[in-house]
Amino acid sequence: MAVAVRSELGAILERCAGLAEDVTYPSVRRWREDHPGGHAVGHFQVYFPEELIHAAGMLPVTLMGAGSRLEAKQADSHIGSFICSICRTSLELGFSGRVGFLDAFYTTPICDVARNLAGIWGRNFKGMTAEILYLPQNANAKQAVPYLRNEYARVLAELERIAGRPIEEADLRRSIGVYNENRRLLRELYRFKRETPWLLSTTEAYVLAKAGTVMPREDHNEILRTALAEIPNRDGRRQDRVRVVFEGGFCEQPPLDMLQLIEEACYIVDDDLLIGMRWIVDDVPETGDPLFALAESYLERSTYSSVQHDDRKPKEEMLLRRLAESGAQAVILAAAKMCEPGLDEQVAYSKTLEEKKIPFLLLDFEEKMTAFERMRMEVETFVESILFD
Amino acid sequence: MSVKQAHAPQLEGELVGRGRRDGNRLFKEWYAELDAAAAAGDPTAYVFVMGSAAEVLKAFDLNLVFPEINSLQMAVRKVSLDYLNKAEDYGYSTDVCGYVKADVGMHLDARKHPNGRIPKPSIVVATNMCNTYVKWVEIWQRMYGCKVFVLDIPGQRGIGWSTEPGSEQFENDRRYVQSQLEELIEACVAVTGRPFKIERLQENLAHVNRMAADWKAVLRLNQNIPAPFNAMADGLTYMGVLSAYRGTETGARYMAELREEMEHKVRLGIGTIAEERFRLHGVGPACYPYFRRFLELFQDWGAVFVSTEYLAYAGGGLDLGIQFDVERPLESLAEQLLITGRRSMSNMFFSQDQLADTVRDWKADGIVYHSVKSCRTVSTGMADSREYLTRIKDVPSLFVESDLVDPRIWSEAQFKNRIDAYFEALGARKSAALVAAKG
Repeated sequence: MAVAVRSELGAILERCAGLAEDVTYPSVRRWREDHPGGHAVGHFQVYFPEELIHAAGMLPVTLMGAGSRLEAKQADSHIGSFICSICRTSLELGFSGRVGFLDAFYTTPICDVARNLAGIWGRNFKGMTAEILYLPQNANAKQAVPYLRNEYARVLAELERIAGRPIEEADLRRSIGVYNENRRLLRELYRFKRETPWLLSTTEAYVLAKAGTVMPREDHNEILRTALAEIPNRDGRRQDRVRVVFEGGFCEQPPLDMLQLIEEACYIVDDDLLIGMRWIVDDVPETGDPLFALAESYLERSTYSSVQHDDRKPKEEMLLRRLAESGAQAVILAAAKMCEPGLDEQVAYSKTLEEKKIPFLLLDFEEKMTAFERMRMEVETFVESILFD
Repeated sequence: MSVKQAHAPQLEGELVGRGRRDGNRLFKEWYAELDAAAAAGDPTAYVFVMGSAAEVLKAFDLNLVFPEINSLQMAVRKVSLDYLNKAEDYGYSTDVCGYVKADVGMHLDARKHPNGRIPKPSIVVATNMCNTYVKWVEIWQRMYGCKVFVLDIPGQRGIGWSTEPGSEQFENDRRYVQSQLEELIEACVAVTGRPFKIERLQENLAHVNRMAADWKAVLRLNQNIPAPFNAMADGLTYMGVLSAYRGTETGARYMAELREEMEHKVRLGIGTIAEERFRLHGVGPACYPYFRRFLELFQDWGAVFVSTEYLAYAGGGLDLGIQFDVERPLESLAEQLLITGRRSMSNMFFSQDQLADTVRDWKADGIVYHSVKSCRTVSTGMADSREYLTRIKDVPSLFVESDLVDPRIWSEAQFKNRIDAYFEALGARKSAALVAAKG
């Protein structure tokens, strides 16, 4: 974060970075203290319709592992050896009692490790709802939207049971409005990254976004609004740097140090980090049946990722579009270790980029990695090869 | 192609082992048909053992290719590493599923399989029962531009969650599955240029009804002591026929004859080894590159796998039988896909109570969990399920890790040490139980 910071933005970034890295979830604990009798509901990556939780007056919390800040001491004895780190440390958050404030935990069928989490969670953490939200995996089925609308209704009924009160359509519409605003603000944040990356680094954008996963979206919207107002006033200077897209951060999140070392060599002008927060790319309609609107938006107003097959969104074409729209000239193709969807996609992407003669660098990472010397050298060499090609 | 049709009393020598012999023969014939289809360029569907939708696809006379069976065969024939290397040279990580990579290696080698040439796919069907299926079909889509159809079967949502036909929840899921089947039929018409004939689907469903009833009976015959077949070894052949010949007269007859053989063995008390000292339930597949050795390490202790989870979920969910209502074929197929598909997934994700029941009903002394690197679907929750069953149900178990296709993950010394220690402890436990029973 080399850019000089004026006024409130520095404090906001510092606070968000703290929240993004703190596996004791101070903001959630504070919310629970401030809301006696309130409920918090956790969900695993990648996408979850948080509006349902929000409409129940509950606090949605995204569980996305714990990086190198938590050792999977207990979780390791409950899960196989060849499993990604994010699932291990997410379980450890449960076993260590760090997320004991949750009343429910949801996962989705993004991969089979994620689906297994519901069983492990349910066997070990009694008294907490542990379920799979079965997002449709045939995104092209004619009945996918009605099916999903009713699946959302099922989840909503469980949330009503936990909340002990009905959730009205008006509640849902209000929540959709709050989240539409959040998505608009995040799109604006990413516009800065694309158009003026010297004013906003990816690491900064990342912590600003990630803070939203552990606080009410109204508060997050306030943070984003303030930050967005400040960013144009920063005195960062444009540099002649290589512009890259970072692809492969859809589930397990790379360590901040890794993002920083990449940014020391080039501008990351777009990425798929925390893509679930930006999964829906346009406003969800705030009229009509809100559950239908959410279901339809998941399928019809959404971006792409390795964990969804949709014939309308061929992933290589979507990546090329991301590249073109961000004016990037190269791609960092990352994949988390042991991540089947990410590693499979890495091959497909690399073949297309090879064919199109677009420079790319393959990087394997783990959220818990702490040594980056080799990676730094790879990134620097990659960037130099583009500069001096 | 037909299984031996004679139903007259036979010499015991002919009856015992018939299922294995006929199974092997049917497999050779099946691969020969695929080889011929490859040469002729006949329409072919690639499908998976879980949720193959064979009933629909065979109504269009599509050849069925099971990539999982292809990869398994490469491993059993000890050539899987050659194919894995090809895929890794192409760019696939060592952490990617070995079944996928062995298959990719074969496609990069012009679809030359040790058992014959494999035809190109015209359509590929993946259920969501294993998420890697969906990634796998994308690979073929890129290679061949073939039609991809994801058949989504919503599974059990959580522990203790269940729905019954007729309930609002079940009907929501059933409508979704049925609508997809209708779309699958449209896709098959487009790909093959052949019309859909509902009576063909009804015939196929009727064959599955017979096959599933006999398969269920065969599995339950292993509750006898001694068990008439080894579920991990012989069961693999039987299950191969179950998948490849699902929805056919040949398959239905094979299963009826297999049942006849097993009933015969039970009547005469014929087991698989001289003395059945330990009865085991297996969770996870075997290590196929070292299949014989894998089995010997257990058999040397007088242990027999009387049942496996693999036969349940990889057998297409027919383990509890199935009864399609052929008078309302599509609706019934959707219902049963939902019921059996869900149960297969539950056997992996929420297996604890069902495992305890199997141990009880099959009179197993313990469970062997074989976690395989390639398959995170079955392996992720094993250690936790084991811990739960040990803690709550006091089921003695062994946990070992290797792979089902990649020989590089196998460590015989480590396996043997753990297996030996397990049986020593299991033997002591059985002795103590006997002493206690005698009072």
